[in-house]
Amino acid sequence: MKDPRASKFKQVNHSVTKIDALQLALGKDSYVGDLAPKDALIVKMLWSPHAHARIVSLDVTAAEKMPGVKAVLWHGNVPRNVHCTAGQGFPEPSPYDTFMFDNKVRFVGDRVAAVAAETEEQAVAALAAIKVKYEVLKPVFTLDEAMAPGAPVIHDEPEAHVPIPIVYEPKKNLVAHVNCEAGSFEGGMKAADFTFDETYETPYAQHCPIEPYTSMAQIASSGRIIITTSTQVPFHCRRIVARTLGVPVQKIRVIKPRIGGGFGCKQEILLEDVVAMFAVRTGRPCLWRLDREETFRTGRTRHPFRIRLRTGVKKDGTITAIALECINNTGAYGGHGLTVVSCSGGKTLPLYHCENILFDGKSYYTNLPVGGAYRGFGATQAFFAIESLMDHMAEAIGMDPVKFRQLNHIRPGEGSPIFAALGEGREGTPMTVGSNSLAECIVQGAEAAGWKNRADWRGKTGRYRRGLGMCCLMQGSSIPDIDMGAASIKINEDGSFNLLVGATDLGTGSDTVLAQIAAEELETTTDKMIVYSSDTDMTPFDVGAYASSTTYLSGEAVRKAAADAKRQILATGAEMLGLKPEDVHCEDAHVLNEDGSKKVSYSDIANYSLYQKNQYQIIGTASHITKKSPPPFAAHYAEVEVDTLTGFVKVLNYVSTIDCGTAINPTLCEGQTEGGTLNGISYALTEQYLFENGKMMNASFADYHIYSMRDRPPVKAILVPSYEETGPFGAKSVSEICINGPAPAIGNAIYNATGARLNEFPFTPDKVLAAIRAVKK
Amino acid sequence: MKAATNSVSFTLNGEKKTFATSPDEKLLDLLRREGYRGTKYGCGQGTCGACTVIMDGRAVYACLLYAMQAEGRKVRTIESAGTFEKPNEFQKELIDAGAVQCGYCIPGIVMSATALMETEKDFSDEIAREYMDGNLCRCTGYEKIWIALRRTLDRKAAADAKPAAEKTTKRSSSKGAK
Repeated sequence: MKDPRASKFKQVNHSVTKIDALQLALGKDSYVGDLAPKDALIVKMLWSPHAHARIVSLDVTAAEKMPGVKAVLWHGNVPRNVHCTAGQGFPEPSPYDTFMFDNKVRFVGDRVAAVAAETEEQAVAALAAIKVKYEVLKPVFTLDEAMAPGAPVIHDEPEAHVPIPIVYEPKKNLVAHVNCEAGSFEGGMKAADFTFDETYETPYAQHCPIEPYTSMAQIASSGRIIITTSTQVPFHCRRIVARTLGVPVQKIRVIKPRIGGGFGCKQEILLEDVVAMFAVRTGRPCLWRLDREETFRTGRTRHPFRIRLRTGVKKDGTITAIALECINNTGAYGGHGLTVVSCSGGKTLPLYHCENILFDGKSYYTNLPVGGAYRGFGATQAFFAIESLMDHMAEAIGMDPVKFRQLNHIRPGEGSPIFAALGEGREGTPMTVGSNSLAECIVQGAEAAGWKNRADWRGKTGRYRRGLGMCCLMQGSSIPDIDMGAASIKINEDGSFNLLVGATDLGTGSDTVLAQIAAEELETTTDKMIVYSSDTDMTPFDVGAYASSTTYLSGEAVRKAAADAKRQILATGAEMLGLKPEDVHCEDAHVLNEDGSKKVSYSDIANYSLYQKNQYQIIGTASHITKKSPPPFAAHYAEVEVDTLTGFVKVLNYVSTIDCGTAINPTLCEGQTEGGTLNGISYALTEQYLFENGKMMNASFADYHIYSMRDRPPVKAILVPSYEETGPFGAKSVSEICINGPAPAIGNAIYNATGARLNEFPFTPDKVLAAIRAVKK
Repeated sequence: MKAATNSVSFTLNGEKKTFATSPDEKLLDLLRREGYRGTKYGCGQGTCGACTVIMDGRAVYACLLYAMQAEGRKVRTIESAGTFEKPNEFQKELIDAGAVQCGYCIPGIVMSATALMETEKDFSDEIAREYMDGNLCRCTGYEKIWIALRRTLDRKAAADAKPAAEKTTKRSSSKGAK
């Protein structure tokens, strides 16, 4: 049911100033690197120069004697505990195929040995003194090589396994395989007037938060290991480091300070085990920060996909059959391999009506950089294929692409067999869509983008040709039946509250959003909230910042905790006023009777309950899980200008509409949408990994170009509200969906400008030019 | 910390300072180890702008300069730009516009904008973009940073356009009030 307060929200649905903005704008100590003690040892890693090799011998004796060196770690002197670096729920739907150090290296940038020394120079010098002898093995660089019979086995270690019963065949380099069918795909194809069979490729890309991966570990006076780290998943980090080191969870505390961006790459435990091991070995604080080149080579990436998409459509626009077959390259380790490929179907196929759907998803190991979680998480890759083909299908039946989507998209109250069929490592959760303002998103976006003036490409001439393209999108909000978030909230003497949440603000503003939710429920103001998040010793549990879960899931936990505290405030307030709890209510940080003639402030209630009579701590606590993952929806429109002489594509205008339910903080929702969209535009047009023998060769912002202030086209974010009844005050997610749109929308715009259809991106001039030259009018 | 075999003297945020350093130490590393940690490491390659400081009026990448190149110069860091009680005009606009997401790039962005405002008379979009192009942000898509910058520049341009006499009066009167 819609909350009766919805028409007069006082805290949520307002653009409250982000609570940490001033501290960050002033440059105050906030991030891991700012908090390291002066005497911290500096950690440096020796990385594998080979894509696939066995370490025949490794000699660290000279390195250990170098000046300033306090410890060296390698596979001969650390515990060999197989684990998974992906920060997911437990047991993870990902293979345990990783060791702190191994005697085999599986990509250029794999760990070989690490040094902790007094200075960075000393650590680097010691790395050069480590003697390694490799037996170079035949590498696997493509999906075809990985799938070939008799292919080199990348994970031949006996320990490799998946902790849940899912398909995993490392001897065939197969990381995961999921499939499902609803109705009959073959039958659907027979009923079609037109059928299509296209193959798409999506590229490697990296998250590029400006703060690289950074972690620090110290040994507390109690002997416990304190890890301060740039992570999206502090609780998973604690569990995974405990497993990797072979120590109890109890011995570890993980603190997440402010984070300089993540976008999914920090949903991975990449540095923490090593700094913790060094801290244990040396007793000293140990700091490890990857440099940018290391971040590109060894950090997580977006999984490249090969997608075969077959569809059937009738002349009237009915989609009769869809077969989406995705194969992803997980690189050298398999974390997220299953879930990313599952989401490529689960977060896309419900968008359009179709009774006959086939989905098949596979993930394979290669000796290339490792895929991880990246904003959009599989949906980004699959939507490129689906939304490109939607355009193609619309043209074949002579229907406007907008109208074709309007005819077919999912409506409020409707379900999809895909929701039940595809989960994350198990069957999904059946559900129907509640809130959905996609219809309005399409209309408002078309208006803002000037869709009605769009002309067919065949009439366009001249060197510079303009085109307009669009796409529709969905995502999810948390993982149903798996994710859990928790919160507690207690009152202080002045009527302020400590809000403690496990949820992880990685720069998104979730601390602010959660404070607004608590303040709304408690009938006070957001500035009364002291938010402390993501400290495994201090805050309740939360799975962390991924799967678009924080506002929807952790937000509802906060709302429930605040409601719990409010019940106690009402009871104490009533006691102070000599009234029954049912005869009072909360308003403007007071408890009062119906006509307001008797009232008492939260501050007085706190003082009474803490010091004066029947004392107790007013403290609310709650956890939340969900049976639903309500999709946010979006319609994107791109206007481009293509230089037909050079193939250069310039985005002139971009409209990014979004239905995120109630926008808890509209400015922050716009910020998510604008930022994710520009990241998507940059991904569509310029970002790529260039390899030589498996080594990423463009490991700098000079050579891996991400959009700057001068590159940026105008991006207009339009929030189109709906009300999600299962979310806190009507909210669902906002952060991931927007990155999915630019590749298909720009691809469709290039087609509308030139008649060239590109089934792979980035749309670099060489590709665009070749495609234009292949166009036959 | 490096072996302190040399020293470097320069004016840092208005104060004359001498620091021990070594010939291969970068200015960014010296600043951070001396407590000026608002200047961030983002790439170490002079490509992201998170380490932007102002040296003799110009925005420079502290990750590319050796500390000794600061000898005798005037260096300003984000610590000179504002305080909790009194953030500068651009910092206020950034906060109001919602331009601070993860915030890691913001100190560098503030310093580049400062150089722009102190150097140029013409605050056209083209010149503003030129100054800000070296500061990468992955969170915001630059939309709200641009809004904040435009507001700050437009207000400064309007103030600069006022007759000199009026400004002098204003300044002296505010002095008088103190």
